[in-house]
Amino acid sequence: MAKSDHPQSWNFEVSDHFSGGIILHLEGRMDAASAAPMLHRIIPLVKGRSIRSLAVDLKEVTYFDDFGALVLVELRDTVTRGGGEFALENVNEKIGEILSILNFEATQERVPFADKRSPNVFSRLGEGALRHLSEMKFLTSFAGSVFLALGHILFHPRSLRRDDTLLYMQKTGVDALPIVGLISFLLGLIIAFMSSVQLQQFGANVYVASLVSLAMTRELGPIMTAIIVAGRSGSAFAAELGTMKVSEEVDALFTMGFDPTRFLVVPKLLASVIVVPFLTLFSDLFGIAGGLLVGVFMLDLTAGAYIAKTVETLALFDVYWGLLKSAVFALLISWIGCFRGFRVAGGAASVGQATTSAVVSSIFLIILTDSVFSVILRYWG
Amino acid sequence: MNSASEKKGKRPIIQVRDLEARYGEEVILNQVTFDVYDGEIFVILGGSGCGKSTLLKHMVGLIRPYAGQVMIDGDDISRCDTATFHRVLRKIGILYQGGALFGSMTLAQNISLPVEEYTDLTPEAIVALVRMKLSLVHLNGYEDHLPSEISGGMKKRAGLARAMALNPKILFFDEPSAGLDPVTSAGIDHLILHINKALGTTMVIVTHELQSIFTVAQRVIMLDSEAKGIIAEGDPEFLRDHSSNPTVRSFFNRQAEDIS
Repeated sequence: MAKSDHPQSWNFEVSDHFSGGIILHLEGRMDAASAAPMLHRIIPLVKGRSIRSLAVDLKEVTYFDDFGALVLVELRDTVTRGGGEFALENVNEKIGEILSILNFEATQERVPFADKRSPNVFSRLGEGALRHLSEMKFLTSFAGSVFLALGHILFHPRSLRRDDTLLYMQKTGVDALPIVGLISFLLGLIIAFMSSVQLQQFGANVYVASLVSLAMTRELGPIMTAIIVAGRSGSAFAAELGTMKVSEEVDALFTMGFDPTRFLVVPKLLASVIVVPFLTLFSDLFGIAGGLLVGVFMLDLTAGAYIAKTVETLALFDVYWGLLKSAVFALLISWIGCFRGFRVAGGAASVGQATTSAVVSSIFLIILTDSVFSVILRYWG
Repeated sequence: MNSASEKKGKRPIIQVRDLEARYGEEVILNQVTFDVYDGEIFVILGGSGCGKSTLLKHMVGLIRPYAGQVMIDGDDISRCDTATFHRVLRKIGILYQGGALFGSMTLAQNISLPVEEYTDLTPEAIVALVRMKLSLVHLNGYEDHLPSEISGGMKKRAGLARAMALNPKILFFDEPSAGLDPVTSAGIDHLILHINKALGTTMVIVTHELQSIFTVAQRVIMLDSEAKGIIAEGDPEFLRDHSSNPTVRSFFNRQAEDIS
């Protein structure tokens, strides 16, 4: 290939044949580098002219590979499409062999690559519906197998992979603490700051404490924590299981007699459900601390007054309610993450897709469940 | 090594000189020197863990040697600048063990990727070329399949078609018959011989399949993990029958070595 970068590596000559056709004499190298310029220069000479016959003389060709064959195929197709005849001359043994391997004679048909999707709108709609249906089916059976595995562990606590569970508790919980703390702190700060602007007008500064503490413990603490956990750990679960699926590690587990759900899903699920409420508790505390900062430095409240107001406002129920929500969110995040991981088929791209959809569906489900919780609280509390 | 340099009229296309390979502190290969000649089928063989794959990775520039040189077509890839290295890369094609096809692309897209990048052919011409490449490896009709939809042997053949997309001067094969049934494996051997004959491509093959070695190899080197280098070089049949080294003889005759 390197040599053919040289401009003189190939050449051609056209002469008339007595029968009324033309002869094309090719010389030099017919390879990857010369194929494109060759086609570019020769095709216009043949195209549009109704040539009765074209003979290609390969006597002077010094190197020939499938790119050379491609040039011949293109020439042949152009000529035959115009109703002419095509012939090769002086085909030496080597070129003949290459042409025969490539099935030169048989490469007549020129169908473009088929589009894999069915062209009909209705059949595509149907395919989509069926795909979603099978997804739902798998989702249900996956939920079933998770419950079975959990039940098994309840009766056989020894079969729980304790080390894995602890590891995931660390990864999902401890490692997430700095970012959860920071974000909650800033969130508390923002709520206090925004509400103080309004409340100051009524001289109701001290109610900032109530607002921040209620908002954090009931809604924002659980939701923010869950969203961070979905982004950090839900995606990691999907990617990990997806990669294991692609590299047949899940199959290996199965054939070694392990239940992949019990082995892979339960530790993640338990770890999240245990650890996310704690994270939420920290999130509540940091949020309140953020509000406190604004209260003390901008609203002329004393720290004591701020804390007293917070304690006065908050009922233990509010905290418990928030923690219960966060446990449910944790369940959803790890369940969806693992489910998406198990749905991976194919290769690397599929793993990426699973990760994305794990995060997106977790966040959606978190918000959806949160609204369900709000409705329950409205009619119950 | 002397028998090799006696081959007259043959130009060495790959020259490995005093190559030393290490992983961390551990020396894998030491003082490895050999030539691969233009147009030959050259096989690197040896037992598991002898450094075959390490040597291959050094020869294609995936790993830079700890010491020594690897010259491909006159360029020292262990020391050259990036531009030269990229020029050298266009002269070589590699068939990885599992095919290493891009999972998100169809076979046709896998093969047309380098062709689109490095030639000015029109999309229609590329379609025709991809068809030819696939028919070369007997995969006609599989243009629109994803790698996950075809078998291991087919992946390997498609990987070969991609490695050959630009008709490189040198093709490297990492265990071409690993994990394949004998028939498919023989098919790959046949393909290697065919391509070598038709296009004059130099083939460097890492393998330990005896059947394959006797079918395709014109010259072999054998590596050994204890010697950390080459313990035999030459014609495989000659080595089987006449090598003075017992390790070499037992490898070729498929005898279990005395482990004690």
